[in-house]
Order: sequence, then C-alpha cells, then structure tokens
Amino acid sequence: MINALASLGRFGLSALANLGRAHLLLLAVLGGTAALLARPRLLVAQLFNVGVLSLLIILVSGLFVGMVLALQGYYVLSQFGAAESLGVMVSASLVRELGPVVTALLVAGRAGSALTAEIGLMKATEQLSGLEMMAVDPVRRILTPRFYGGVISMPLLAAMFSAVGVIGGYFVGVGLLGVDEGAFWSQMQAKVDFHEDIVNGVVKSMVFGVVVTWIALFQGYDAAPTSAGVSRATTRTVVHSALAVLGLDFVLTALMFGE
Amino acid sequence: MANTRTTEILVGAFMAAGFVALFFLAMKVSNLSSAANDDGYRLIARFDNVGSLKQRAPVSIAGVRIGRVEKIRFDQNTFQALVTMRINPRFDHIPDDTFANIFTAGLLGEQYIGLDPGGSLDYLVDGSQIEHTQSALVLEQMIGQFLFSKAEEGSE
Repeated sequence: MINALASLGRFGLSALANLGRAHLLLLAVLGGTAALLARPRLLVAQLFNVGVLSLLIILVSGLFVGMVLALQGYYVLSQFGAAESLGVMVSASLVRELGPVVTALLVAGRAGSALTAEIGLMKATEQLSGLEMMAVDPVRRILTPRFYGGVISMPLLAAMFSAVGVIGGYFVGVGLLGVDEGAFWSQMQAKVDFHEDIVNGVVKSMVFGVVVTWIALFQGYDAAPTSAGVSRATTRTVVHSALAVLGLDFVLTALMFGE
Repeated sequence: MANTRTTEILVGAFMAAGFVALFFLAMKVSNLSSAANDDGYRLIARFDNVGSLKQRAPVSIAGVRIGRVEKIRFDQNTFQALVTMRINPRFDHIPDDTFANIFTAGLLGEQYIGLDPGGSLDYLVDGSQIEHTQSALVLEQMIGQFLFSKAEEGSE
C-alpha cells in the first residue's frame, strides 16, 4: 500500500521535474535567438531539414486528404441536395482543422523524430559535451536553429497542405463528381472568412510548430545517452507530440471558434 | 560551398511556395478578395423582425447581389431592428420608394435582403432610409397562424 503510494509520488515528481527541465530548456533555446540572428546560415540549414525535406509527404498527403474529403463530403451533401456546398466543406475543414493538425502530426513523425534522434545521438556520442569543451553553448548552436526551423516551417507547410487539399477537392468534386465549378468556388469564397478561418488556422499551426519542435528537442536533449535511450526518446517524441497536438487542438478550437 | 548554395535556393523556394499557398488561400478560398472592394454607399432600413439575418448577408435586386448587410442594431426607442447595408457604388439608381424584404434562400438556406425597386424618379443616396420594409417570415409564427386559422374553421 505504502509502496504503491510511493511509486505514484515518484511518478508525479518525475513528471514535474521533466516539465520543469523542458521549460528551462525552452528558455535557454529562446535565449539563443539574438545569437541566431547573427548566423542565419544555421537557420537556413534547419529550414531545409524540417521544411524542404517534409515537402513531398505534406503535398502528397494534402492532395489525397482533399480528394477523399470531396468524395466523402459529396456522399453526405448530395443526400441533402447541397452538393454545391462541397467547396465550402472541403476548404473550411482543411483550413480550420485538417491542415494544421495533419501537418503537425506528419511533421512530428517525419521531422520531429529525426530531430530527437539527431540530438540524442549527438549527446550519446558526446558531441554536445565536446562543443561545451570548446566554449560553444550547444543549446544556442544546435537547438535554437532547429527550434526556429520547425516553428517557421510549420505554418508554411500547413498552408501548402490546405492549398493543395483544396485543389485536390476541386479535381474530384468538379472533375469527377460533376459539381458546378462556379458554385464550388463562389460558395467557398462566400463562406470562408479570411480572419475567422484562415488566420486562425495559421495561428493554430504556429502553436503546433512550437509544441512539436519543443517536444522533439527536449526529448533528444534529455535522452539517456545510449542506443536504447535514443530509441525510447524518439518514440516518446512522436507519441507526446501527437497527444499534445490533438489535445491542444481541442483547446484552441474551443477558444477560437467556440461561442 | 555549392552545396550550401543549393540548400539556400531550395529553402528560398520552399518559403516562397509557403507564401504563395497562403496567398492562394487568402484570395481564392476566403472572402478577402470580395471584402476588399466593399466600399460603397450606406442605406438604412428598419425591420420589425430580422429573423436570422446576419452581418455580411447579401443584398440583392432581382436576384443579383448589389451589396451586403454591414451592421444590425436594435433601436430601443422604436423597438425595431436597424439594418445598415453597404451598396456597391455602381448601383446608384435605386428609387427612393423601393421596398425591402427579408427572404430566405431555399427552404433552409440563409436569409438575405431583397430590394423591390419602386417607380419614383428620386434615387436613394448615401445614408438614406428605406421606408417600406417587410419583416422576415418566421416559420414558427406561420405554422402558429396556420394552426390557429384551422382551429377557427373547425369550431364554426
């Protein structure tokens, strides 16, 4: 009985300690912002790693998600004789929800896990300590550019996801299912609001960018410096990012779109 | 060195593509392009009941959209709804005895203001008020009236 209580307490304390270390790390990472501005080339390399290399999976998934949305939406909407609203349905659900969320999940799997593995391995092979020996702050040199790379890439990737998704929905809706082309675009433009829908979607994906990159960096930096530790940290990155994104999505949606 | 150059070019292309996508969403998907040319002159109309009329609802003549509802306010003195419409300046020949109705698009569609032009030779200008209005049809009231008249028929 006492043992069970003690293990619960240990779990709570270690969770709190993790949270505290994660926040300290975030502060240290943000503290490197000014130093990063002096060396933008580090940021460019990370934008390449997170943004450009994730492009293919984001564009292909966006296209297919949009196409599937159009097929499924048509099935329901045509029962109400409202097939012309297909454009609204596809674009609103992409811009408000699916764009930011699916992009965040894909980036967590594609780039977040890579970040964790890279930093974890740097730690395991003592490259981070090596940097410190040379009086280079590893947080500022390694973590800060990766953080901003993720934070800047995420909204751009989400916007591309949504745009490609709308085009995919257009191909299926107008090309395949025969929805009127004029109604598809005009209803979409009438119902989707720039500030209400698109700006809020971008804000969402910015938040997701911060959270996903933060989790990936923390897990890598905090990983046990062994192969097993790095593999566990990589798994945790994907799981924690997915949970955080989905949970935060509910909170953000309630704040932005709830009455 | 050539390698960093390629990286930089690719990153530049990536960021440009991101902004193009945002621009596409703003102009093609959302209402930003139509909201931009929202200038025009204002008309005011008082309704006893606006039903579920919303801001940005269309204002149309003969089914053609000529403007949008800008603002809906409640007037405490007359207990009426004060609806401000913004009309495209191209349509400046609207007679001042025009009739304003609130219609519903389709059975379950959104509500909009339909203007029925009168025959007057004087035109509405910025800030003028449309005198003749008809309230929105509230479905529950109609059903209530229908049932009431049916019941009266039955009692005779």
